[in-house]
Amino acid sequence: MKHAQAAAEFIADPERAHWHDQALWFVRAKRDKAAQAVPEWEQLRQVASQIKAHTMGQLADYLEQFDARASALGVVVHWARDAGEHNRIVLQILQQHQVRHVVKSKSMLTEECGLNGHLEQHGIEVVDTDLGERIVQLRGEHPSHIVLPAIHIKKAEVGELFHQRLGTDAGATDPKYLTEAARQHLRQEFLRADAGITGVNFAIAETGGFVVCTNEGNADLTASLPKLHIACMGIEKLIPRARDLGVFLRLLARSATGQPITSYSSHFHGPQPGGELHLVLVDNKRSEILASSDFGRALHCIRCGACLNTCPVYRRSGGHSYGATIAGPIGSTLNPSHDPGAYPTLPYACSLCGSCSEVCPVKIDLDHQLFTWRDRLVRQGLVPWWKRVSMRALGLVLRSPNIYRLTGWLTRNVGRHLPRWLLYNRLNVWGRQREIPPLPKKTFAELYAERGPVASRGTQSQGEGSQLDEGRRLGESGAGEADRENRDVQ
Amino acid sequence: MRVGLFIPCYIEQFYPQVGLATARVLERYGATVEYPHGQTCCGQPMANMGCSGAARPVAEHFIDLFEDYDYVVGPSGSCVSMVRHHYDGLVKDRRRQEKLCKKTFELCEFLHDVLEIRHLEGRFPHQVGLHQGCHGLRGLGLGSPSERMVPHFNKVRSLLESLEGIRFSQLERPDECCGFGGTFSVSEEAVSCMMGQDRLRDHLRAGTEVLTSVDMSCLMHQEGLLRREATAGSGSGHEGKGLAMRVMHVAEIMVESA
Repeated sequence: MKHAQAAAEFIADPERAHWHDQALWFVRAKRDKAAQAVPEWEQLRQVASQIKAHTMGQLADYLEQFDARASALGVVVHWARDAGEHNRIVLQILQQHQVRHVVKSKSMLTEECGLNGHLEQHGIEVVDTDLGERIVQLRGEHPSHIVLPAIHIKKAEVGELFHQRLGTDAGATDPKYLTEAARQHLRQEFLRADAGITGVNFAIAETGGFVVCTNEGNADLTASLPKLHIACMGIEKLIPRARDLGVFLRLLARSATGQPITSYSSHFHGPQPGGELHLVLVDNKRSEILASSDFGRALHCIRCGACLNTCPVYRRSGGHSYGATIAGPIGSTLNPSHDPGAYPTLPYACSLCGSCSEVCPVKIDLDHQLFTWRDRLVRQGLVPWWKRVSMRALGLVLRSPNIYRLTGWLTRNVGRHLPRWLLYNRLNVWGRQREIPPLPKKTFAELYAERGPVASRGTQSQGEGSQLDEGRRLGESGAGEADRENRDVQ
Repeated sequence: MRVGLFIPCYIEQFYPQVGLATARVLERYGATVEYPHGQTCCGQPMANMGCSGAARPVAEHFIDLFEDYDYVVGPSGSCVSMVRHHYDGLVKDRRRQEKLCKKTFELCEFLHDVLEIRHLEGRFPHQVGLHQGCHGLRGLGLGSPSERMVPHFNKVRSLLESLEGIRFSQLERPDECCGFGGTFSVSEEAVSCMMGQDRLRDHLRAGTEVLTSVDMSCLMHQEGLLRREATAGSGSGHEGKGLAMRVMHVAEIMVESA
């Protein structure tokens, strides 16, 4: 579905849309406060951006270094070209260990690859252990936000869901009570699990270790209770050295939720005693995207979600309106990079306000990328023909001063005399909720010419003020006349 | 100092008084203003849509008209941002494009940075709600956006602040987008209008009497919403008891206050 259509459906429930907007704006405000408390914030962003650019510039070398160091620590490293290969590798490991029941901590990569569905098809039960992800899993949905997967769901809806699925009291909405119920439920799942799957926030080439950040500690239980741990990471998660980690950990939680640091930053260096640790490095088009001078920088993303929280469109349209694993500004550039034909409306789900680029902790030029995407989509013929034709027509009008003048004259003079019901017809999308601008009798060029020689002298004269007032009066009288016409019609 | 007056198409057609006010402000502060005839548009609507092929000749025409002036000044942060940031790669001759970009300014930016004006003569005893157009704020750097952790500054506000009697609304969201966004206002109509209504609510709550901006396009969108509210409120298809606040471009405030 087109983003605009899905967004309109979301907004059709204005109360929910406002609630969603305010909940996320609250997170953005918390982020501002946390960032303000770090005097070197802008320097941190700059350094983080440079580290990422450096790493991406020699990613192949760093990946090989990481593979060697991780293997030396006893990690079994796998390389997956695409989502299908990733899913096959994970399934194979699980089947080799006769696993029937898997717990999983949050990983947008496994969402991207559709791992849960693949494993379930092969008779393996997967339980997401992040509270928000568990909620969306129980509802049969996908996360609507990369950090806050269930941000689109209200407390009462969670209460109803838990009542049905976990046997909590009917009508319960107390977050403490519901969280406790989820906790008890998940404890059983952890104890029952034969294997645990986690994502990776940062992998360190120099040490072969990796870090998983959570607030619920569920990644630690996922990785430590079962003897088999599989970690899945996109190849862009790499950083060169352990000392670079501090830069990103300081930025990540502050940008994401306004916390100084996530409650748990768990470091993994090899398998637990008597256990196995597998790590799957996934490309899935990343190396192709990396080669793009326009869109490659999107791979610097550390998945903090700050661009979603600040995006005025995301806040008012909800994550599911993007119809993709990753929503919001970062999703609007990454998804077309994966498949432009599947996501041609996402770069247009943006007013080009630029807030995303300013809030991004690694300084991705998001709004610029979305602007550039539009050009690419038009070139690839992925924008509806009528949009392209209307822009070509507008271009023809605007390249010729005479046609422009004539079109302007017609618009104003015809528009002014049209009855309201005709002016605000079904095709006038602007006029659904807005009045059209005033349609004055004279244009600026005409009024300016009437000012006389004053214009070119660059001095003030007595008459000038009255000329200006004249312009204002004329401008207003145009609108007034239109109103009178309307009144007659009504 | 010969200043080429850059009047964006929708101001030329719908808001001529804003163009006249701009000319008058520039003249008052000593610029020799010329309005090159045959102006149309900067090309932004097409470029925004991704139709650079349609935008190119319009941008070339713009350069032909304006390249001989010492400065090019226009009352729109968005259109100036288009010329400054998106002509690169759009027009053929890079040298001409670079030269033009360096001398094209938004009105307040020109007053503040080129003419180095720090004080406006005049009195404007009203509570003003300053809408920060995104392309002026984040594109041209007219102020420090709320996302950035840098020392606070705002060129537009600091100019207006020097007017006697002026007060400013304290907004909950000081620089959130109003949702105009050019073609976005139509292609994402539902989101666009909700964004605009949210901005207006913030202004009403803060007690804004006069809503102003360096961008008439943002104001056109918000005024459209306000006027519809007034129309709907009167229940008769024509405007009832007037708008909840006055809507003025900053140039109009500068003229009216003088």
